[in-house]
Amino acid sequence: MVEKISFKLNSKPVSLEVDGDRKLLWVLRTDLGLTGTKFGCGEGICGSCTVLVNNEATPSCQISIKDVAGADVITIEGLEKDGALHPLQKAFIEHDALQCGFCTPGMILKAHSLLTENPAASREEIMKGMEENLCRCGAHPRILDAIETAAKEMKGSR
Amino acid sequence: MEMGRREFLKRMGILGGGIIIYCGIGEKITSAAQMPQMPGFGNTPVDYNAFVRIGTDERVTCFVGKIDMGQGTVTSFPQIVAEELDVDYESVDIIMGDTDLCPYDFGTVGSMSIRMVGPQVRNAACEARGVLKELASEYLKCPVDRLQTKNGAVFDKANPDKKVTYGALAKGKVIEKHLKELPPLKSPSEFTVMGKPYLHQDARDKVTGKAKFAGDLRLPGMVYASILRPPAHGAKLKNVDVSEAKKIKDVQVVQDNDLVAVLHKFPDEAEKALSKIKAEYDLPGTGLDDKTIYEHFLKVPVKPDILNQAGDLAKGRGLAKEIFEETYLTPYVAHTPIETHTGIADAENGKVTVWASTQTPFPLQESIAKTLGLSKEKVRVITPFVGGGFGGKGSPNPNRESLAAARLAVLTGRPVQVAQTRAEEFFYDTFRPAAVIKIKSGLDGSGNIVFWEYDVYMAGDRCAEVLYNVPHHLVKVYGGWMSPPAGAHPFGVGPWRAPGAGNNIHAKELHMNMMAEKAGVDPLEFRLKHLKDERMINVLKAVADKFGYKPARLPSGRGIGMSCAIDANTYVAHMAEIAVDKASGKVEVKRIVCGYDMGLCVNPQGTTLQMEGSCFMGMGYALTEGLRFSNGEIFDRNFDTYHIPRFSWLPRIETIIIQNMDKPPQGGGEPGIVGIGAIIANGIHDATGARLFNLPMTPERVKAALKKL
Repeated sequence: MVEKISFKLNSKPVSLEVDGDRKLLWVLRTDLGLTGTKFGCGEGICGSCTVLVNNEATPSCQISIKDVAGADVITIEGLEKDGALHPLQKAFIEHDALQCGFCTPGMILKAHSLLTENPAASREEIMKGMEENLCRCGAHPRILDAIETAAKEMKGSR
Repeated sequence: MEMGRREFLKRMGILGGGIIIYCGIGEKITSAAQMPQMPGFGNTPVDYNAFVRIGTDERVTCFVGKIDMGQGTVTSFPQIVAEELDVDYESVDIIMGDTDLCPYDFGTVGSMSIRMVGPQVRNAACEARGVLKELASEYLKCPVDRLQTKNGAVFDKANPDKKVTYGALAKGKVIEKHLKELPPLKSPSEFTVMGKPYLHQDARDKVTGKAKFAGDLRLPGMVYASILRPPAHGAKLKNVDVSEAKKIKDVQVVQDNDLVAVLHKFPDEAEKALSKIKAEYDLPGTGLDDKTIYEHFLKVPVKPDILNQAGDLAKGRGLAKEIFEETYLTPYVAHTPIETHTGIADAENGKVTVWASTQTPFPLQESIAKTLGLSKEKVRVITPFVGGGFGGKGSPNPNRESLAAARLAVLTGRPVQVAQTRAEEFFYDTFRPAAVIKIKSGLDGSGNIVFWEYDVYMAGDRCAEVLYNVPHHLVKVYGGWMSPPAGAHPFGVGPWRAPGAGNNIHAKELHMNMMAEKAGVDPLEFRLKHLKDERMINVLKAVADKFGYKPARLPSGRGIGMSCAIDANTYVAHMAEIAVDKASGKVEVKRIVCGYDMGLCVNPQGTTLQMEGSCFMGMGYALTEGLRFSNGEIFDRNFDTYHIPRFSWLPRIETIIIQNMDKPPQGGGEPGIVGIGAIIANGIHDATGARLFNLPMTPERVKAALKKL
């Protein structure tokens, strides 16, 4: 059913006339042109489509657009502020924590959610928190290093 | 070159001035280029295979037909150019895998990018430097031998203020030069860029979401197509009813021979419409499943190729005091790049442009042209960012998503995107073939290997050769991934990162440890005793040093596994520490050390990533990955049943690169994966005494092997 749905997307208000049952992933990628959020498995088990909904990592292929009405949604495109990269983005570059880069947006947003909840997360806790996000290239050790580095910087800037 | 000169120069953007240096494949490289005999490979005339453009804006562009799918050649090719041309690394751009702009390339496979095209790029850059010096000589009125190049400028050694930039020299000139003679290259002592670590050049785009993969491109009026797929391989469509799908608003249904597709401006709506199509199939069934496949392989008629032969096996058997005979089984394994196969096609004025997630843009260009009945020049394939490939995203994989997109674009007159679902990705994968390996070998009374009889079915010959000193040996290869015998496989197979090498090394190196144990000799000592190649010995010793290896007889209880191999011409050794939970059968990999001697390592940073990544990816085929199927139906359709390595598996991974800058660069992307099955199997044996002859080494199999002790 087409309905009007309003929410905050990357700090800006948006309003859409859209079938409320459509998945957030496809609305972001097609209607809104934000293609940084990736399709990986379609069943919420690979983490590629992770976005932040009210600061919590959410697989956007599993959540309907009507369920984010009134919510605060952040995608990878919303992390950079005035040309300055987020500490997680910087750390992923510095640690070379990617290869093909396809899982990277989901990894970064998952880590963001994890560190928001637990800013002092240990490596073990980061590892556990990231468990559901898949990467086939094997960038894992560097992703953990990058998240640890970013955690320190994020704590320092609080 | 088929296109007109003027058109070509226009595409190169140098009509207003610029310099292009081509570099053809030398005789030495040609034989390697012809090595892969897959469809579409090596049958197109090669005029040149790398070139460099120097623009009037001081930017240098390197054009190669290879693609980057994460392996980092997007960084290492520019390093090569910057080095030989004496320009800042930051001023080098690279265009890869565009059939209109780049020289022909058979595909990005086999760790061959830097190995084969690297030297050509280097030659082209070196020659460009020579041309620039000649131009500068005229411009500065100074003899060439007094000139030197640095940071994109030529200057007079006697008077460094007397200088001219490359861009200024390129102004107003259209210079093409086809390199005929090998120019004098820099010596390793002069290197300032090659051999130094560089981070991924494209990382910023990847962390901000700006990197555009095929599925991220948006063309005006583009629609998304979902395609009717059969439930099993070999299934024949009996009848189809699309009436319900047609009722969905804005859906276009296309039926064209074997192709039934639904198109919509939203991909999720197209998928929904597809689910409304009713189709009936004939399911003939192959009678094959993941358990019966191995017996089947042994019955497939195939004449073996003899890979290695020396001495006389009968004589070797006569010398043996101990005989070792074993069979090793490895299953079908899927590539599962996180980006599924995706293609977009736009047909306009008789020309078709396709953006494809492919490893083989040029063979794809040919197959699209053939499918559409167009000449090759009317088809352009552009390779945007590719989200992983591992051998699964190009020939012999047909890139059927891109072919379908091209057909649909022509049929409908609209730009069409086809992105495979995860289930399609599994179903249509060109899997690493399952394989059977049989080894018979023998030791004499002094612990020397006296014979080695090796039969490999379906994995192919890579890393099947005899690495160790064995006087009497015979290696026979019964079919491989490249040209599988008719009737062998119930679905497509193809190259999977170091194709077949992981299967062969698992069997060979497990067998080595079996003999070392019987000989009562430490497995490192046993290997060193039978190795002759100094570079192999050096790498193995370097890895053992880094590991802190102390000799012990097998099984030592410590859980240490080791292996060595020569893959993609790179010498590679691995060591690992493994722990086994005997109650659950669960295997934990605690530590891996991996060492390479790949000759000149252009980018040690990128190579380190490839080593880490391939070691970790290898843990999947070692521990969990094995496709489940029956009668052409694929049971694994997503990551919930097909388990690839994840964070909690992560061991400490350490790497060593032995720089050998005087030697040509060899493969980097694959050698790191070849020993992982072997080191884990050997580690399990060293920890517990149990041998795992079959992959993957699941907890159930580990428990079963422990029970046999």
